[in-house]
Amino acid sequence: MTNERLQEILARHAGTEGPLLPILHDVQRAFGCVSPDTQQAIAQALNLSRAEVHGVVSFYHDFTEEADPRPCVQLCRAEACQARGVEALIEAAEAAAGNRVRISPVYCLGLCSVGPAARIGDTLHARLDAASLVRLVEAA
Amino acid sequence: MIVRISDDSLALALGADALASGFEAAGATVERVSSWGMHWLEPLVEVDGIGYGPATVDDVSAILDGTSALNIGPIADHPFIKPQQRLTFARAGKTRPLSLEDYEATGGWSGLRRAQAMSGEAVIAEVTQSGLRGRGGAGFPAGIKWNTVAKAPGGRKYVVCNADEGDSGTFADRMLMEGDPFQLIEGLAICAHAVGAQTAYIYTRSEYPHAIAKLRAAIDLAAAIIAPLHMEVREGAGAYVCGEETSLLNSIEGKRGVVRAKPPLPALEGLFGCPTVVNNVLTIAAIPHILSEGGAAEYAALGVDRSLGTKPIQLAGNIKHGGLYETAFGISLHDLVYTIGGGTASGRPVKAVQVGGPLGAYIPPAQFDLPFDYEAYARADALIGHGGVVVVDDSADMGRLARFAMEFCAVESCGKCTPCRIGSTRGVELLDRIRVGAKVLDPVGALPQMHNAPKVARTADQDIALLEELCETMKFGSLCALGGFTPYPVLSALRHWPEDFQ
Repeated sequence: MTNERLQEILARHAGTEGPLLPILHDVQRAFGCVSPDTQQAIAQALNLSRAEVHGVVSFYHDFTEEADPRPCVQLCRAEACQARGVEALIEAAEAAAGNRVRISPVYCLGLCSVGPAARIGDTLHARLDAASLVRLVEAA
Repeated sequence: MIVRISDDSLALALGADALASGFEAAGATVERVSSWGMHWLEPLVEVDGIGYGPATVDDVSAILDGTSALNIGPIADHPFIKPQQRLTFARAGKTRPLSLEDYEATGGWSGLRRAQAMSGEAVIAEVTQSGLRGRGGAGFPAGIKWNTVAKAPGGRKYVVCNADEGDSGTFADRMLMEGDPFQLIEGLAICAHAVGAQTAYIYTRSEYPHAIAKLRAAIDLAAAIIAPLHMEVREGAGAYVCGEETSLLNSIEGKRGVVRAKPPLPALEGLFGCPTVVNNVLTIAAIPHILSEGGAAEYAALGVDRSLGTKPIQLAGNIKHGGLYETAFGISLHDLVYTIGGGTASGRPVKAVQVGGPLGAYIPPAQFDLPFDYEAYARADALIGHGGVVVVDDSADMGRLARFAMEFCAVESCGKCTPCRIGSTRGVELLDRIRVGAKVLDPVGALPQMHNAPKVARTADQDIALLEELCETMKFGSLCALGGFTPYPVLSALRHWPEDFQ
């Protein structure tokens, strides 16, 4: 099953120039991670060494070797959101998240004039305060 | 009744979709347009040219019967919009982003049609004449770069649009990709025609899902118009350093986003070893206007000194009236922060502004008369970068911000060159020691194999001198702007606010 979906992804990018990143994005979305076994299969399909594929997976923040099933709230911690007070919200957000939700920092969502900002999946939220952020984390 | 609401992701983050549904439920026809760029008023509702914002679902009926207290008057006459000189963002707030009809009706594709009737050389001559310089930050003249690629030997050539807008405080690329994607596509098609490229890539960030979706949809819609040019969007994967052009090229090729040494220049040996134009979104998006009839001369008439044309400036951070302000070069920070921006959002005094993203210098209010101009900023040991202006109020700890800059460099360094990879980590340690204030013996220096390191703890002054020396090494020894410009925020904070380092 896993293998079929992987083969389907690889086939989709057969004619692509520089196909590795598009493949890794699709794999990460489909499986929640790029496991060592998958890396080997990708390497074989693209005629690369396993080390080359592993090097790329480990370089980029978006790719992970192990899946984390928890919902993820990405909170912008860059300068513009800092200037709008995001650091004061961290404690409340982490307390609300506990072990159930993963709070991960992101450096800029491009909402720098209306921060603090967060992203859950492809949904964005801005002008957050402690109460609204806690509500988001609890609903995630 | 037609109600216009933005579908820019900033408006979506503030509840524009729910607001639009509210208007539809009340019987109004909703048109989803691009954003005017007045972000403190988002979600902004436009009815017959009159603006209401920031609106919520509760305001729907009052807006429809014209009694709402959120009325800001005619949007086009608003003091934030009226003085702007919008060329790149001429359509902002006015058109539906994915409507070919709207694009055509507002002068779309006329630059491309005119360019296609001209030789590549003639197109490049007009770009050179306009004085357009790279809007990503380096400010390299676009015409010279295009000419190098056009003259380079080889049949296979590429155009790459750098849309990896990772700098905090910048969102103009995102707004353009989401609000006016056809303009970027037209600019790329003109560039490809001028240099003889067959393929164009737009490399953007995975943090911008809405921009990616809009661009892909727009490329599909415009495929017949730009044929035989092949255009594709490539998604980054969360690496800040991929905004650097050579690591961006490596990333498209499917490699680690490691910086390449220059030379060879990408214009001669770029993507897959072929001659490649790499330009920022705002550079490419300025092209359709420049290639319209008389556009180049009009563009060159704006601006000051060698910084010609307009610059979309992004007002962000702790500012009352944040948003997008496009104007000719030469405007002062004082005008931007106080007259246009209205001071801080928190109401406290301005302590500093950081211009040019995480690698830009912190500028104190005493220097706010500095004109927005590549050379003037360089003379003041600062950079305009991508034109992001982040305001911080007097509650900010500049020592902490300086440490953040170093730490960011340490985390995001690609690891290729030593000054950036090691220097940034040593910089964080140094700043920690300076900020603690106590004399702490450097644990690395204390190791027995470090024969030349002093075995007694340095004083704060000695540590500061060492930090300055380290910054000097990073500035001149790093391969790219990440390590090379991280010293700007650190040293500017140290120079102007030494009290925050004690």
